[in-house]
Amino acid sequence: MIRSTSLPLIVTLATFVIAYALCASAYPAMLSSRVVANLLTDNAFLGIAAVGMTFVILSGGIDLSVGSVIAFSGVFLAVILRDTGIHPLAAFALVLAITTAFGAAMGGIIHYLEMPPFIVTLAGMFLARGAAYVLSVDSVPITHEFYDWLQDIYWKAPSGGRFRLTGALMVLTFLAGIVLAHRTRFGQNVYAMGGGVQTARLMGVPLGRTTIGIYAISGGLSGLAGIVFSLYTSAGYSLAAVGVELDAIAAVVIGGTLLTGGTGFVAGTFFGILIMGLIQTYIVFDGTLSSWWTKIVIGALLFTFILLQKGLTWATTLRRRPAPGSPMPS
Amino acid sequence: MTDPVRPVLQARGITKFFPGAIALADVDLALHPGEVHALLGENGAGKSTLIKCLTGAYPRDGGTLELDGAEVAPGSTQESQALGIGTVYQEVNLLPNLTVAENLFLGRQPRRFGLISRRRMAAAATELLQGYGLDIDVREPLSHYSVAVQQVIAIARAVEMSGRVLILDEPTASLDRDEVELVFSVVRKLKARGLAIVFITHFLDQVFAICDRATVLRNGHVVGTRDLSETGPRDIVHLMLGRQLESEVRERHGGQGGEVLAEIDGLGRRGMIEPFSMQIREGEVIGLAGLLGAGRTETASLLFGAVHADQGRIRLRGRDLKLKGPRDAVAARFALCPEDRKTDGIIGDLSVRENIILALQARQGWARPVPRARAEEIARGYVRALDIRAASLDMPIRLLSGGNQQKALLARWLATEPELLILDEPTRGIDVGAHAEIIQLIESLRERGMSLVVASSEMEELVAYSTRVIVLRDRVQVAELAGDRITAENIVRAITDEDREVA
Repeated sequence: MIRSTSLPLIVTLATFVIAYALCASAYPAMLSSRVVANLLTDNAFLGIAAVGMTFVILSGGIDLSVGSVIAFSGVFLAVILRDTGIHPLAAFALVLAITTAFGAAMGGIIHYLEMPPFIVTLAGMFLARGAAYVLSVDSVPITHEFYDWLQDIYWKAPSGGRFRLTGALMVLTFLAGIVLAHRTRFGQNVYAMGGGVQTARLMGVPLGRTTIGIYAISGGLSGLAGIVFSLYTSAGYSLAAVGVELDAIAAVVIGGTLLTGGTGFVAGTFFGILIMGLIQTYIVFDGTLSSWWTKIVIGALLFTFILLQKGLTWATTLRRRPAPGSPMPS
Repeated sequence: MTDPVRPVLQARGITKFFPGAIALADVDLALHPGEVHALLGENGAGKSTLIKCLTGAYPRDGGTLELDGAEVAPGSTQESQALGIGTVYQEVNLLPNLTVAENLFLGRQPRRFGLISRRRMAAAATELLQGYGLDIDVREPLSHYSVAVQQVIAIARAVEMSGRVLILDEPTASLDRDEVELVFSVVRKLKARGLAIVFITHFLDQVFAICDRATVLRNGHVVGTRDLSETGPRDIVHLMLGRQLESEVRERHGGQGGEVLAEIDGLGRRGMIEPFSMQIREGEVIGLAGLLGAGRTETASLLFGAVHADQGRIRLRGRDLKLKGPRDAVAARFALCPEDRKTDGIIGDLSVRENIILALQARQGWARPVPRARAEEIARGYVRALDIRAASLDMPIRLLSGGNQQKALLARWLATEPELLILDEPTRGIDVGAHAEIIQLIESLRERGMSLVVASSEMEELVAYSTRVIVLRDRVQVAELAGDRITAENIVRAITDEDREVA
């Protein structure tokens, strides 16, 4: 039996399958493992950031600092690898620690000062971007043999697609996110907060711990996305990844998560990412379309999904009304 | 009755001060295992304050609390829950987006290898709810089920989390009779299990149906504790009000009303209510009776233009009236007090004065603001006339009690000096005292020549003030009763009889 709660996920899945079928019928080459591999590699950093965003949105919040934190992480890595002899793995750990702490601090401010997440993470967005500028205004190339080694790890499918480490990392992040959301008390508390903060408090949900955890996850995953982005571009640039938070939000919503919080699936976000990547790939294949068509199609998709969510909410409230003329004494 | 069993919960001398007032003065309360104890009192008598002191939501200013003979001092609702005192509120405090099982086990989910075991959680939830007579799919989201089922789930959660004392704060206020019975069956089961249950409600019949003893509060004092098997409703009401309610059956003022104000001819809307016709005269109270869903509220909305009629017409003093929306109705000097005052009526954060003046201002249009002095004068006048108890006209209206909010809403529409006042469930969810006052107000408005249409589910009430009663069944007008034929029995007969019975 299909439950009403999983309907948005099914719609997202169906959209992906139909879209892929349409693409494949126009360009049969899009079925190749090469395209699939690139879909994962090209969207790895966005996907990782979107996992964090899913938790934030499920709790009823928003995180605008994602793109800036990605840029900061990239610049930080590039500068520290250029100026010191530190091993990249240590640098990665440092980046993850800084960004996780940064997210946790934003969560703490949101909870203890009772500030709206929008404003707090907006401030975080300027802070992180500013910090990136302070480190370097230019694009800093990363040349380290460990980077080259990491970039060369891939599994070559028989038909030629190269599945790289970063794509695998994204898939792993999604799997971890799914377990965290649905199989841990923390995940349940996130859903509870999205359903109603006051009620969640009355039911004994530790709001402070959960809020800090949510934004720490989003910050840490943004840092991880920054690492992946630096592997992808082999550089750190303070102007990079502008507006990635908005792409992540779009992926979450297309993935069937309600912007008001409380309803949605981490797995849905994965397909949201794939749908967005698919549109991009199609436009590349077509060759005649301007790349702005990506934005237009994603905009149209977002509208469709918002309408769909509204429709579903409407349908469920309608069903809850007593049937007309039912013999219930008042 | 002296009970040999030691009380589960014994509160002695509970005292609570609010700035400038004593909310509770030296209140004693003893709860025995296996009893349902009603906590009664008018709004503002101190019931909620007492509950909040018992559960630790408010700090006490005096008194002691003993649970099983040991003194306790819960500092929060969580602590009191851990001690064994669970509370269920009128608004279901569960999360609609989570599944039933998730709601039941939030914070204490069964785990396997550190991860939540959904299968075990669902099995445990199903079994738990079967113990409460509910056989439902616990994997569905909570919002899938009716308020009554949600209420039972809330009770189940509270009992599982605490298990000694259960406080039910108006759990039945928004339920139908069948649904109330569902909640009651659960309460009886818990009573048999030896829980001490506190039951707060405005419905006296429910008190006598389920409770063993009752403690009555008035102005923060305990005015009496009664064994309900040895006393009657009249005594309880007397305790609550401190005065005898006027005789319940009033003398009927035979007046057939003056000139015809409005003539409704075949007004209806497909799928909502069948066409109906009626005449409304000046100085008449027309009661709308019927079961829930019979079309009372729909009729009221149609009359006010809040819902657009797709057939029929209204003639106001012999002239055709087109209602495109409530604005037209207000312009025609119609007024409607809706049923759900929290969502459709009051604007919680605005002051009492602003709420009262709202409709008048809306009719004048935004370009001609009501002068402050005049607003003050109007509001003050109605606060006095309707005896609205508010500390100041500037306080947000949401801080008033239900009865006072209802009176402020009435004042809002009276300020527009309507010719036709439509009231939808004017006495729902307010206490006995305010109830009587509103009935009196309806009478006096009628005597002043106003026409009223009142939809109500309380038959005694309709009988008391109506000059004519229109009975609805399944969205069809089935009977019209007038004069001596207006009795509760006749109304019930019209509601249940299959064949039409028109006066």
